[in-house]
This record gives sequence, structure tokens and C-alpha cells, in this order.
Amino acid sequence: MSYDVTGEVGLQFFGKMIASISHEIKNVLAVINENAGLLEDFILMEEKGVPLNPEKLKRISTKAKEQVKRADGIIQNMNRFAHSVDETVKTIDVIDTMELMIKLSARFSDMFGMSFTMGSHFDPVKIETNPFLLQNVIWFCLDNIMNLAKNGDTVSIAVEQNGCDVLIRFFGISGLDGMTNCDLPAERETILLKALNGKLQVDNGAGEIVLCLNGNKN
Amino acid sequence: MGEKVLLVDDEKDFIEALGERMENRGMDVSTTTSAKDAIKRVKEEAYDAIVLDLQMPEMDGIEALKAIKKIKPDMQVILLTGHATVEKGIEAMKLGAMDLIEKPTDIETIAEKIKKAQANKIILVEKKTEEKIRKIITTKGW
Repeated sequence: MSYDVTGEVGLQFFGKMIASISHEIKNVLAVINENAGLLEDFILMEEKGVPLNPEKLKRISTKAKEQVKRADGIIQNMNRFAHSVDETVKTIDVIDTMELMIKLSARFSDMFGMSFTMGSHFDPVKIETNPFLLQNVIWFCLDNIMNLAKNGDTVSIAVEQNGCDVLIRFFGISGLDGMTNCDLPAERETILLKALNGKLQVDNGAGEIVLCLNGNKN
Repeated sequence: MGEKVLLVDDEKDFIEALGERMENRGMDVSTTTSAKDAIKRVKEEAYDAIVLDLQMPEMDGIEALKAIKKIKPDMQVILLTGHATVEKGIEAMKLGAMDLIEKPTDIETIAEKIKKAQANKIILVEKKTEEKIRKIITTKGW
């Protein structure tokens, strides 16, 4: 399972994720920058005789810590994503991958005014696959769903083991209801599905998309 | 009295800190995390300038800019962005944005642009008043 199958599309996906991450980091830096500026203002005011307010200083310190924690989470996700290209075949936990993709897509889903949610999973759901290609096809699913969903929607995701197969179910997609002609999987998904030995099923009536990954080695 | 400014960004912590810094510099600042709320406020209030984030949930900055300009064509809007692309900058300017600032920002740059926005607004108001007076003089037979 080489990366050649994705070509330009795979590179575009990688670029999109990194650009989004850099945008999030910029937002964190902007908050830290303004709070550091506020500290400077307080020092200048103190030099002019306005006493320092410990409560305000404490508030700034808390904000800075919160933003550092937020940036740390963003960078951890970026690091995991970057390392997904290390090996072309690896045994991975699909739940972990799905959770990472939800986090990486959160800024996009916010823009669409919708969100993704995953129920609790206690046992890992493992599969031997190409981690980057799997992330890419999951992103395509999320991207399609974001475009189909209505403002305020919450789309649920469940990862299930079905014999050797792994099913990723996306349900509660309101935009699918009533659609008679859903063009999924399109060419970009088909290429990846073939490489991953998977298939995509769309149930318009149920508002559900199921990504089925065959766990048997090719 | 200081410049009356509306700050619009979905990053609450960002606008709170920036707003406080602007107030420390004598400005009269209101904040909102929603572009839709900003549009509502533009209908009800007069501002010297609006500082508007380019990417927000519900409605992005470009859409909000269009809506604001439709309500008040002379409104001075300064756009904020995490990553300024040339295309977005040109699009914003064509739609009548006064300027585009990249985050993280420099407070003195923002303050300077807001002062310029207020000056622009005064010029526009004076120009409109002058046009009104000229119209009255030419139409009335005194």
C-alpha cells in the first residue's frame, strides 16, 4: 500500500491539515500575545502610580497556562498526524485514528456550524492498514458529511468490529435524508477504498454512511 | 471621547484581552464572539471602526463584511486573520475593508489604524454634510 495511489490528492489532504493546525496555533499565540501585552500595560500603569491588581495578574497567568495546554494538545495531534506517514503498513487502533481525525477536523466542523461526536469505546478496534491512507479516506467522509449536514447538527460516529472487518458508522446526517442521488463514493474516495480494501455504503433513508474496512490481509 | 470600536472574533480570550488593552488606550470598546450579533449591533449602534475576524463559525468575516457594508456603506472595517493570503486581502479590499491585519497583532498598529478609521469616518461625514448643504442651496430659491 504505497502513497503513490493518492498522489496529488494525498498531498493536498496533508497540506490542508497542516494549514489548519498552523491557523489554530496562530490563534493561541494571539491570545498569549494580548495577555503579555496586558501585563506590559499594567507595569506601565504601575510606574504611573496605579497599583497592581493581584487578581488581574492571576487571571493573566491562568489564561497563559490554559493556552499553553491548548497549544500542547494541538501540537501533540500534529505530531501524531505527521508520524502517520512513517510506515506504509501498521497495526493501528481505528478508534484512536477516528478520535484524532475528529480533533483535526474540529476547526472545519465549527465553520460549518456542526460537530462530530463519538461514543465511549472500551476495547481497541485494531486493523492492519496504511495509517495515512485511512486518515485520508476518513477525512473525505467527514468532509462530505460537513457539506451535507445542516447548521447545528451533531453527527455521531461509532467504530465496530465485525468479524475480520472494521466498520466506521457515521449516523444522524440530516442532509442525506431525501437525497435521491448521492455521488458517494466519488473518484477520490474510490481510489483510496481500493487501496485500503474497503467500501463505502450510503443509506440515505437512515441518514447513515458506513466505511467498511476489510481486516483480511490483501 | 475615545474611538468607539466593535471587536468581533470567536476567540473570547483574545477579544477580552485586546479589548482591555484598547480601553487602557482610551477607546470605547464593545466585543462579541458572533458575526450575526455584530451585524445586529451595527444596525443599532454607531461605531468609528469594527475589527472583524476573517474566519468564524456561522458566518465568515467576508460574509459579515458584505452584510455590514450593506447596512452602513461607510463603516470602517479592519479585518483580522491568522494567515493573510493575497487573494483574501484583495477580496476584502474590493468589498470595502479598510485594512487587513495578521494575528498575532501589535496593539500600536491596531490603535493607529483605528485612529485612521475615525479620521476617515469624519471626512466621510463632513463630505456628506457638505453635499447636503450644497443640495439645499441649489434647490432652494433663496
